[in-house]
Formats: sequence, structure tokens, C-alpha cells
Amino acid sequence: MTKSLIYSLAVATMTFGLTAQAGTVAPDTVEIVDMEVKASLTGAAGDPGAGRETFADRKKGNCLACHANADLSEQLFHGEVGPELNGAADRWSAEQLRAIVINSKEVFGDQTIMPGFYTTDLGVRVTDKFQGKTILSAQEVEDVVAYLLTLKEN
Amino acid sequence: MTKLLKNGRQWVALICAGLTASLIVQPALSDENAELSIDGVEIVTKTAAPEDHPLDEILSGWRFRSVETQALQTDDFDNPGFTAVDYGAELWDTAEGSSGKSCASCHGAAEDSMKGLRASMPKWHEGEGTLMTLEDHINWSRKEHQGAEPWKWESSEMLAMTAYLGLQSRGMAVDVKVDGPAAEWFDKGKDLYYTRVGQLDMACSNCHEDNYGNMIRADHLSQGQINGFPTYRLKWQGLGSIHRRFSGCMKNIRAVPYKRGSDEFTALELYLAWRGAGLSVETPAVRQ
Ligand code: HEC
Ligand code: HEC
Ligand code: HEC
Repeated sequence: MTKSLIYSLAVATMTFGLTAQAGTVAPDTVEIVDMEVKASLTGAAGDPGAGRETFADRKKGNCLACHANADLSEQLFHGEVGPELNGAADRWSAEQLRAIVINSKEVFGDQTIMPGFYTTDLGVRVTDKFQGKTILSAQEVEDVVAYLLTLKEN
Repeated sequence: MTKLLKNGRQWVALICAGLTASLIVQPALSDENAELSIDGVEIVTKTAAPEDHPLDEILSGWRFRSVETQALQTDDFDNPGFTAVDYGAELWDTAEGSSGKSCASCHGAAEDSMKGLRASMPKWHEGEGTLMTLEDHINWSRKEHQGAEPWKWESSEMLAMTAYLGLQSRGMAVDVKVDGPAAEWFDKGKDLYYTRVGQLDMACSNCHEDNYGNMIRADHLSQGQINGFPTYRLKWQGLGSIHRRFSGCMKNIRAVPYKRGSDEFTALELYLAWRGAGLSVETPAVRQ
């Protein structure tokens, strides 16, 4: 391998790394203004199919722990801590849903039990494994938002 | 809209009012109005809260369990916690340590000497100048009087002994002292109860004060009372201590739990005992 090839490979990896980061909004720089996050965190639209899975996954969104959702009636045991999400897209815009998933406290207030899924503003004594980590990745947030937008009744 | 979203309770009311014809399967429901009596002894599982109390009414976790789990506690022959109680009774009579004495050699019949103790735990210990749990008292006496090694917090011996001693207070009202030197511990426990922890950023109060009565996935949330400990948990297939339960709840919200026997958990235990004042001791209770 020639020196210049190694060099160009290195540059390629570097720029790839940078663009990936530049395209994704980091959790501590997300701006929630007036209960809305305007733009996609990744710059791209989410995938509602993947979002449906993240929503149900106990290790990821685990949204069913607290919310009933008729679209997932094949899953047993829907929680009742939060409101049913049937028709959520009739009540909220994409920008609002994004804000709710990113950090619900900015929308519902500090007292809410709903976790912030893309925030570093966490409780004390976070388990080592999850230190400095958000519950969902930027992509997963966008996928869940895309999925929520399919929950229409009207 | 957002004004409406105060907490989950209001929503349950809405859901129940409008959308009862839900397709979603719920687990075996509990009978929240059932009364508990064990071999003819009435057990208080619901009692009015005093005025300065954060809850309107104080409810034992027993009320929130399925009818099947509830039934296991109504008869000591069906209660799987009694294997440990029997072992505890055996240990009570076993000579150990440098004294060569058994607990019974000094304390006589546990039915008399240990009656009421669980209901007052944790309590201030003059000699040691600290707040002590039942586990602490047992290990202290093993060391001080019996000349024996302390038992590990979650050992089968400690669980058996706390179950056996706890049983001597069954049916008596939980009544802890929170004034005097205990006041500082009470405040600390209260603080911990309302502190948000973990990646899920929740406090005990979010689930056990704001949402008791609601289903969280397949679990029916109770007030997180401790009047039944050590409890036999079907999931554990055995008894577990109060601090084990605290630890489990903290881990579930992705927080590093405090150590069993730590000052933090002892303070939290005192505060929770106060929140359940007036409930009967149910040891050994059965939970799912
Ligand atoms: C620990 C319980 C809990 C979990 C887990 C949870 N939520 Fe929530 N959620 C709530 C509560 C409670 C509210 C109502 C706001 C309030 O009272 O704080 C709410 C409100 C909402 C709302 C607005 C409700 C409406 O339709 O009007 C949406 C949308 C929502 N949540 C989505 C989600 C999604 C998506 C997830 C999973 C990624 C999730 N929630 C996980 C408790 C939870
Ligand atoms: C050599 C005698 C002796 C032996 C053996 C002994 N104890 Fe004790 N224990 C005492 C004395 C003395 C006290 C202190 C009583 C006091 O200060 O009120 C005490 C106190 C206690 C207390 C606190 C009671 C209270 O009301 O605060 C508990 C609990 C206890 N012992 C449990 C045990 C157990 C369990 C064993 C067996 C594993 C045991 N003890 C063995 C003598 C003994
Ligand atoms: C995400 C919700 C949640 C949070 C937060 C939570 N718990 Fe729990 N806890 C549960 C569930 C679910 C159970 C099992 C069902 C029940 O009894 O509520 C439980 C059970 C308990 C029990 C056993 C009750 C009994 O009757 O045997 C105690 C005690 C308890 N929790 C204490 C705590 C303490 C202390 C904290 C704070 C450090 C805490 N919990 C935080 C969900 C939670």
C-alpha cells in the first residue's frame, strides 16, 4: 500500500466520521422551543416500520409500559400510566411529537413520569453502562416519531 | 390540551369512562376491595391516612395482587414463606458462637420477647447511637451477646430469622418513631423517596405515589409499602428483604442502587414504614 493511499483512506474515514456527526444533532444541543423541535435530528425522515419495533421493544422505547396502543394489539399487556396513543397524530404535530419523545419534561413539565429519550438531563446515580448515553439514538427517535405520525383516527 | 395532561390518574378515569371496550388483554385482575384475614385474624390492608400524610388512604400491596396471589396469603399452609419461618424457628433454638447459647436461651419464647418488634422497625439504638433495622439488631445481638458471626443481609439464615421474628408482630399496626434522633433519618429518607434517579429519571413517588392503581405493562402498581417483609416473591421463588426490593426498583430505572444495610436504604426504610403506619404487619407476605 502506498503512503498516499493510506493518507486518502484516513481522510475518507475522518470526513465520514465528521459528516455523520455534523448531520446528527447531539442530545445537549437539541433546541426545544415552544414545545417543538423543528428539524429531524438526523436530517432525514424516520422509518415508521423500525419505529414501531422500537416503540414496543422493552429495552428501547418500552412505550407500552405506560401507553396503550391499539395498533400493537398483538402485544400483551399495555400500561395505563399515560394516555392511550390511538390518534396521537391527530392531536400533535411532528415537531411536537419529536419534542415529546426527546424530552417530555419540556412539554409536560418537570413532574411527568415519562422519561426523556434523547436527553442527557438524567437522574442521579445512572448505571455505569448507561452513563452519558441517551435511551434512544437520534435515528431511533426519528423512527418513533415517524411511527407516531401513522397513529391517526380521523 | 397539555393542561389536561397532569398525571396518569386522570387519564385512567378518561379511559375507563370512554374506552372500556379495549381489545388489549390485561393480566388477572386483583380485587382491590377484598379484605384479608388469616386464620381468623383480621389484617388491616387499608386505613385512613393522618392529615399531614401524602396519601389519602394507605393501602397494602396485598390489595393490588391477583386473586390467586392474594389467596396464598390467607392460609399459612398455602403460604410458601412458611418454609423459611420454620427454619427461623429452628435457628432460634440452635446454640451458636462463643456463648454456646441459642437465641432462646436468653430471649425465651419469641412469641413473647419479640412481639411488636417488627412493627417498630427501624428504630434508634441508644447503645450504638444509630438507627438500626431488624437485620442490624439481630447481627448486633449475635455479636454482642451470642458471640457469633454476623449473618449476610440476604442469607437464608437472616431471611428466615427476620421472617420468624416478623411473624411475631403479624396483625399489629406499623408504628415507627420518627422524632428525636430519628428525625434526621426520616428527612433523609423522604428526600431519597422524591429524588429522581437513573437513566429513566424517576423517583419512587412517580410510580408509588402518583400512579398506584395503574398498570405499568403487566404490573399493577401498589404504594410500595413494606409491611409484608421479608416477602415471598413468586418471581424470586423465595423470600427477599426490604432492601432487595429497593435495589430491584432502582435497577429497573437504570440507577445504581445503594448497598443493602446502607444508611440511605435504612433512612428510606424508616420513611416508608411511616408512610404505611397503621397497616398491619403481614410478614411473611406473598407477592408476584
Ligand atoms: C413511565 C411511563 C411512560 C413511558 C415509558 C412513556 N410515556 Fe409517554 N406519557 C406518559 C405520561 C404520564 C404522559 C401524559 C403526560 C403527563 O401527564 O405527564 C405521556 C404522554 C405522551 C404523549 C402525548 C399523549 C397524547 O397522545 O396526547 C405521547 C405522544 C407519548 N407520551 C409518547 C410516548 C412514546 C413514543 C414513548 C416511548 C418512546 C413513551 N411515551 C413512553 C408516560 C410514559
Ligand atoms: C447471651 C444472651 C443472648 C443471646 C444468645 C442472644 N441475645 Fe439477643 N439480646 C440479648 C440482650 C441482653 C439484648 C439486649 C436487650 C436490651 O438491651 O433491651 C438482646 C437484644 C436483642 C434484640 C433487640 C431487641 C429489642 O427489643 O430491641 C434482638 C432483635 C435480638 N437480641 C435477637 C437475637 C437473636 C435473633 C439471637 C439469636 C441469633 C439472639 N438475640 C441471641 C441477649 C442475647
Ligand atoms: C417505574 C416504576 C417504579 C419506580 C420508579 C419504583 N418502583 Fe417500586 N415497584 C414497582 C413495581 C412495578 C412493583 C411491583 C408491583 C407493586 O407492588 O407496585 C414495585 C414494588 C415495590 C415494593 C414492594 C411492595 C410490596 O407490597 O411488596 C416496594 C417496597 C417498592 N417497590 C419500593 C420502591 C422504592 C423505595 C422506590 C424508589 C427507590 C421504587 N419502588 C421505585 C415499580 C416502581
